[in-house]
Amino acid sequence: MKEIVIISGKGGTGKSSICCALAHLWKEDAVIADCDVDAADMHLILHPQSSDSKDFFSGVKAIIDPKVCSSCGLCASVCRFDAIRKHEGKYLVNELDCEGCAYCYHICPTGAISIPEQNVGQYHISQSRLGCTLVHAALNIGAENSGKLVSKVKSEARHQAKLENKEFLLVDGSPGIGCPVIASLSGAHFVVLVTEVSKSGLSDLKRVWELVKKFKIPGACILNKADINPDICKEMKEYLHKEKILNLGEIPYSEDFPAAISMGKTLIEQNESTWRPVFENMGNAIKEKI
Amino acid sequence: MRIAIASGKGGTGKTTLAVNLALYAAEFEPVLLMDLDVEEPNGSIFVEGEVQSETAIYRNVPQWDQGACTLCGKCTSWCAYNALLKLGDTILVMPNLCHSCFACSELCPVQALPMIQESMGKLLHLQRGKLNFVETKLDIGLEQASPLIAESLRFADKHFQNTGMQILDSPPGTACAMISAVKTADFVVLISEPTPFGLHDLKLAVETIRQLNIPFGVVVNRDGIGNDDIYEYLQQEDIVLLARIPHQRRIAELYSQGRLLYKEVEEIRTALQNILGYAKELR
Repeated sequence: MKEIVIISGKGGTGKSSICCALAHLWKEDAVIADCDVDAADMHLILHPQSSDSKDFFSGVKAIIDPKVCSSCGLCASVCRFDAIRKHEGKYLVNELDCEGCAYCYHICPTGAISIPEQNVGQYHISQSRLGCTLVHAALNIGAENSGKLVSKVKSEARHQAKLENKEFLLVDGSPGIGCPVIASLSGAHFVVLVTEVSKSGLSDLKRVWELVKKFKIPGACILNKADINPDICKEMKEYLHKEKILNLGEIPYSEDFPAAISMGKTLIEQNESTWRPVFENMGNAIKEKI
Repeated sequence: MRIAIASGKGGTGKTTLAVNLALYAAEFEPVLLMDLDVEEPNGSIFVEGEVQSETAIYRNVPQWDQGACTLCGKCTSWCAYNALLKLGDTILVMPNLCHSCFACSELCPVQALPMIQESMGKLLHLQRGKLNFVETKLDIGLEQASPLIAESLRFADKHFQNTGMQILDSPPGTACAMISAVKTADFVVLISEPTPFGLHDLKLAVETIRQLNIPFGVVVNRDGIGNDDIYEYLQQEDIVLLARIPHQRRIAELYSQGRLLYKEVEEIRTALQNILGYAKELR
C-alpha cells in the first residue's frame, strides 16, 4: 500500500478539488483521508452515506478547584502562557490560553489543580457516495493538538486501506508547513504539490518543498491557474526542473472549480470530457513514479 | 485599534485584504501591518519598503547537563509533550516536541536541564511612509507556529504601542495558530468565498471568534461564483456583511503579479472604506 499526500503550502490553490478528482478516478483502489482537520471540506463533495464516529482525546487542560486553592499564586507565577489570572481573590485558568503543560499541577502545594484529558474532536470512518472509504475528522472549536488528530486520521486510514486490501492511501493535507502538515507527511511515499501560478504561490511552494526535502519524500507538482501569469509560470517550471520535481501538468484558470464545489460534485462529474483525460494523465504519471 | 484579518479556509484573500487595507489606511494615519501567517507569509511580496531590522527570534528549550544529572528520570514524567526520553544512562531532548513550559528545567532537583535559546524564526521590519510592516517567518521543519506568533505580538506591543491602527494578517484555519493571532484583536474581519467550502469553513471561524468574544464582520470575496447560501447564513446569524468583492479574472491577474489592488479596482477601494468606517465606529 502506497501513501500519496497532497499538500500546497498556500491555501486555496485547488488542492481539495484535485484530491476529490483523483479520489473519483481511484475509487476502486484507494482509501481517502482528509487531514485538513481544522477546515475539512472533502466530505462536502464525497458525501458520507454512513459513518462510524469516535471522540478523540489528546492533551490536558488545567482546572483549579477554588475550594482547595490557597491563593498562593505559585501556579500563575510559573505559567509561561499567561493562562492563569487572579479573579476576585481566586486563581482561574483561561482554557484557550492553557497549553496543557501541567507545570501548575506539579507545583501546586495544596493539590488544587487537576488536569483532565481533553476531547479535542471527532474522527469518522465513512462510506463515501463514490463507494470508497473516507476517513475524516473535525477539530473542536479552539482545540489544540491538530497534529495529533491528523496522525490519528492517518493511522485509521492506513488500517482501513490494509483491511480493504487497497493499493493506495490518498491524503488531503492542510495548508502551511507546521505541525498538521508535518504529521500528514510522516510515513508518506509520494507528495503531490498543488500550487497556483502567483508570486505568493511560488514563495509558498518553495517553503513547503524545503520541508518535504527534509523528509526525503519524492514529489510531483500540479500548476493550477497556470495561464494567469506567464512569467511566474515559467519561473515555477524552472524551479521544478532545478529541484527535480516532476511536473504533472498545468491547469488553466477554470470556473469549473468553484462550480463543481457548489454542485457538490468532483471535477470529473462536473465536466467529464474536459477533466477525465487531464486527471487520468496525472494519475498515471503518479502511479508510474511509485 | 487592532484589526485581525482571518478566515477558516485558506486562499480566500486574507493577505490581499490585509495589505490593501493597511496601505490604504496609511495614506491617512500611521499604521502597523503584521503578517502573522508565519508558516507561509506573503505580505512582503506586496509591501515594498526600507528595511529597518531583520532579527532572529528565539525560543527556550532544555539542554541536558550530563555532569549534573542523577538520572532520576522525573523530568520525563513531568513533560506533557514527551519531549524528554530516558534511554539507558542518557536523557534525550527532542526540541521539536518542546512547548517551552520550563517545567522540567525548573522542577529538576539538580538543575540538570538548563534552558537554552534556539532560533524559531526571523522577523523582518520594513517601513514605507506611514506604514510599518512586520513579517515573521517560521524556520522550516519547526512544528509550532503559536510561540512565534506570540513573540511577534510582543515585538508589536514593545515598539508600536502608540500606533493607533494595527492590522494583523492571520494564519488560515481555526486551530491554535489562528487563535494566537486573533485573540488580542479589537475587531476581526473574516474573509470567505460563496462556495460550500467557503461557507463551511466560515461557520467554523465564526464559532471560534464568538468563543473569543471579539466583535467581527464578514467580507465575501469572489462574489458571483458559487451560490447565495453564504448571504442567507449571514442574515440568519445576524452577522455584519462588511463588503462584497466581485469575482474578476483581472483581480486574480493583478494579485498574481503582486500588485496593489485598491488603486486599480474601485470595488476594492469601496470595500476598504466600508471596513475602516465600521471599525472606526467601534473605536
